[in-house]
Amino acid sequence: MAASPSISIAIIGSGGAGALTTGDSLLETASAAGWHGLFTRTLGPQIRGGEAAALLRLAVHPVESLPDRFDLMIGIDWLNAHRFGAEIKSGPQTLVISDPRGGELPPMVTQSGARVVEIPMKEMAKAIPDGRPNMIALGIAARLLGFTVEQAFAPIEKRLVDKGPAAIEASLAGIKVGFGTAAGIDFGMQLAAPTPSTARRWLLSGNEATALGAIRGGIRFAAAYPITPATEILEWLAPNLSKVGGTLLQAEDELAAINMIIGSSYGGTPALTATSGPGLSLMIEALGLATSAEIPVVVVDVMRGGPSTGIPTKSEQGDLNIAIYGMHGDAPHLVLAPQSVGDCVFTTQWATYLAETLQAPAIILSDQFMGQSRAAIERPADVAFIGARSIASEISGTYMRHAMTANGVSPMAIPGTRGGQYTADGLTHSERATPTSGAEDHLAQLDKRRDKLDHFNFGDHWASIEGSGDLAVITWGSLTGAAREAVERAAADGIKVRMIAPRLLTPIQPERLAAALAGVKRILVVEQTHGGQFNKFLRAHYDLPAPVRVFNRPGPLPITAGEIHYAIAEWR
Amino acid sequence: MSKSAGTPKVANLNDLLAVAYQIEIDAVDRYNLLADQMETHNNPELVKVFRDLARAEGIHGEEIRRLAGDFDVAAHARQIAKFERSESPEEAELGSAHYLMTPWHALQLSLAGEKRALAYFTSIVETAKDPKVKTLAAELVEEEAEHVSLVHRLLLRYPKPSESWADDLDPPVSQE
Amino acid sequence: MSSVAYKQADYKSDVKPIWCPGCGDYHVLMSFGRAFAQLGLPPEKIAVISGIGCSSRIPAYTNCYGFHGVHGRSLALAAGLKVTRPDLTVVVASGDGDGYSIGGNHFLHACRRNIDMTYVVMDNHIYGMTKGQPSPTTEPEFDTALSPGGTGVAPFHPLVVALASGANFIARCFSGDPNQTADVLAAAIKHPGFSFVEILSPCVTFRPDEKAWKDMVHPAPVTETSDQGKAARRLMTDDGFNIGILYRGNRPPFQPAIGASGVDLSELEKDFEL
Repeated sequence: MAASPSISIAIIGSGGAGALTTGDSLLETASAAGWHGLFTRTLGPQIRGGEAAALLRLAVHPVESLPDRFDLMIGIDWLNAHRFGAEIKSGPQTLVISDPRGGELPPMVTQSGARVVEIPMKEMAKAIPDGRPNMIALGIAARLLGFTVEQAFAPIEKRLVDKGPAAIEASLAGIKVGFGTAAGIDFGMQLAAPTPSTARRWLLSGNEATALGAIRGGIRFAAAYPITPATEILEWLAPNLSKVGGTLLQAEDELAAINMIIGSSYGGTPALTATSGPGLSLMIEALGLATSAEIPVVVVDVMRGGPSTGIPTKSEQGDLNIAIYGMHGDAPHLVLAPQSVGDCVFTTQWATYLAETLQAPAIILSDQFMGQSRAAIERPADVAFIGARSIASEISGTYMRHAMTANGVSPMAIPGTRGGQYTADGLTHSERATPTSGAEDHLAQLDKRRDKLDHFNFGDHWASIEGSGDLAVITWGSLTGAAREAVERAAADGIKVRMIAPRLLTPIQPERLAAALAGVKRILVVEQTHGGQFNKFLRAHYDLPAPVRVFNRPGPLPITAGEIHYAIAEWR
Repeated sequence: MSKSAGTPKVANLNDLLAVAYQIEIDAVDRYNLLADQMETHNNPELVKVFRDLARAEGIHGEEIRRLAGDFDVAAHARQIAKFERSESPEEAELGSAHYLMTPWHALQLSLAGEKRALAYFTSIVETAKDPKVKTLAAELVEEEAEHVSLVHRLLLRYPKPSESWADDLDPPVSQE
Repeated sequence: MSSVAYKQADYKSDVKPIWCPGCGDYHVLMSFGRAFAQLGLPPEKIAVISGIGCSSRIPAYTNCYGFHGVHGRSLALAAGLKVTRPDLTVVVASGDGDGYSIGGNHFLHACRRNIDMTYVVMDNHIYGMTKGQPSPTTEPEFDTALSPGGTGVAPFHPLVVALASGANFIARCFSGDPNQTADVLAAAIKHPGFSFVEILSPCVTFRPDEKAWKDMVHPAPVTETSDQGKAARRLMTDDGFNIGILYRGNRPPFQPAIGASGVDLSELEKDFEL
């Protein structure tokens, strides 16, 4: 049996079948044993009891994207599973374990040529007191993937710690039964051994990573209004901010949330909120205020399907326009985008640092795919970017809040500092912060706010630039992982590709992109939008010295490495 | 305050027929609603149980309609058959539904409903002045008692589920 | 009213609700149908306007005209609709999150304007749709992920706020008594001006403790009043479980005159003539 660097598993079930718990638990098992992995889920519209599929990819290398096809599918039941048929692709080499009493397999599965083995998981579960079919499924999966019963059981035991010994016993019994049943099945695949590493491993979601990055970057106040798929950021911050001496306040709506964080920041406490498209729309006016008054704030937008209420539980990249262009007037500000679950830690920390250093709002464009996926990663390194706001102290003479300086950043007086009294204002103002309608002041302050961003040296973190070749793939956000994998596959085919994924969207970096595009003869832009927002942004602000093709598709389906690889290969 | 204060007043045979009819068709609606809920929440076993219960109640309703002969018992029911909360069969049952419920739970709901109907008709027997009403009410009491026995017999087939019947390790999903 | 007799079922669409089995909102949907049937309203003359949340899913489950708007702004949608279409019966559906938090400001002004509509808030003392954050009516000690140990912030009294802001009809119902709720809704719809009906509607998934509500609700110990001072005192000391119509006021509803203009456009142009 050949060792495979990556194996993908889908576990499907409904109405309390526990498919998601099984998937999540397998990720933990694999991660504890040294593999990398990514777990995401797709769901029906119900709040409980809906149809669900756990989508899991385990590998010896970091996993940042979903597979083109699943290698192993375990159907506890197939009720309404056709609703997400397009997301659980199978092929002739897929092994499907199916409960014969679980309903009809969706046509996409039966027509794919997948091999189906029937195992009556529900019946087997009934034979165990308090037995659950998802534990049978877990045992089957563990055996086929090469884990031991103990390895499979460990995360379950942790989850059941409050449910008592009977529940724990029943689960273990279920896993053992499933494990035993799978003994005779030839899966034909085996995970390659993980590379031994002394690095510490973490298991977390993109949203949790974002929240940690915020605290690392110095955030000590958060205002919260719940919205899918961002709420988990705020839920992680609620107890953890308190632990570091900060606090979280639930606001009555997003209008209140954004103004609360501006107030906090004005008082000297770095502040953040997290929302999604509809919430960001509400916050735009106040973000303009923060830009004009030069008050740093961080707003995380975990993008979901749009427009309007859209598809709250699915990913898309359609908030690029509003993040960059949403404010009325000319209001340059920071827009950043993490590229993976793990990168959410770094990007949020860096964005906080930049916001504080440059005294400007930072909008972080995360998305539902990264935010709500869980990944097994190596502990992200500590980095030196900690909020470094320029504070005015020892003030003598008239305090000039918006004083012209060499780098455009004016020391900020924190309330309580004698001599530093000023009124922050969204009205166009002079260096003293007092309102003016004069041409000279208006121009000077506009120049200052633009130049402080444009002249800042963002360094190499502005983008991930990998490989070289005469074709460049330019993408961003959660598509970076799929693009990276596509580029690797192309390289294996002998096609050399450069991948460029900006982490910093604004302010734009024309010289750096020009350097990255040196020698490139074809540009493929890849994005998950209907309107090609990223392509239009690139064309508007950058010279693209070569012919451009765009591969864009809106959500809800993820764009896979295979699709990007195909787009690369067919453009020779 | 509520116009429907108190359980519906039964002054004559037609009133009793109307109320008895309404109890049955309310039950049909209720069980079908529960079946729909179970269908949306992927509990096919309970879909069948509730559709069966709805069908049974529908048959009882038809029997009452036949007893009523030419009298438009449905229209009269709309006029007079309004239950206040404490008497209404509906409140406890819809509130006790659960997406993971088992046939045992469904039968408990049914049993409670039959017992409530039985108690109601028993009170009519005791308080009615009209001998025709008393007679019909007594017949209905016998009917309901039979229903109660039937549910008890059905319950023998389904053991009480274990303490953990409602455990779902998968978390709820935020849809908006 | 109409000569056609409508039944509860005439107001129900065939869309299957995603509400969890056991949710109080199923009863509220029934009450809507019963109230509309009682009033003999043609389904096409009713507009059900909502925001975002579990309760706000109700329009699609009715056979009336509906609008599932954005979070907290249903009252504004409804105001625009009713003022230009006074012939419609406008019912606004909301929850304690959508209606009292993000919708709070619009709530004040809707009561103040007193446009003829009925505002139904399904209050379950929690944000259900987003998985269990505290709402403005949640008890201060109730533990949630966003408020570990409880918010420590007292809930507010929506009925008092409604009275102070000018609502013309104030009632509280319990979803578990759909007949009584239907009667109150019918009265609310019939009453001119802004009618506010709070319906306690338990959330089976995030507030299983609310099963106890059926034993905690009780008929209000006083008859309804049209005296604002009396109503204010009663509502301020209300225990949150008084059921019934609590206030019925006499403010004339706000409805600007709309319709065919008597004036020719050329009249308007006279402004500019030299």
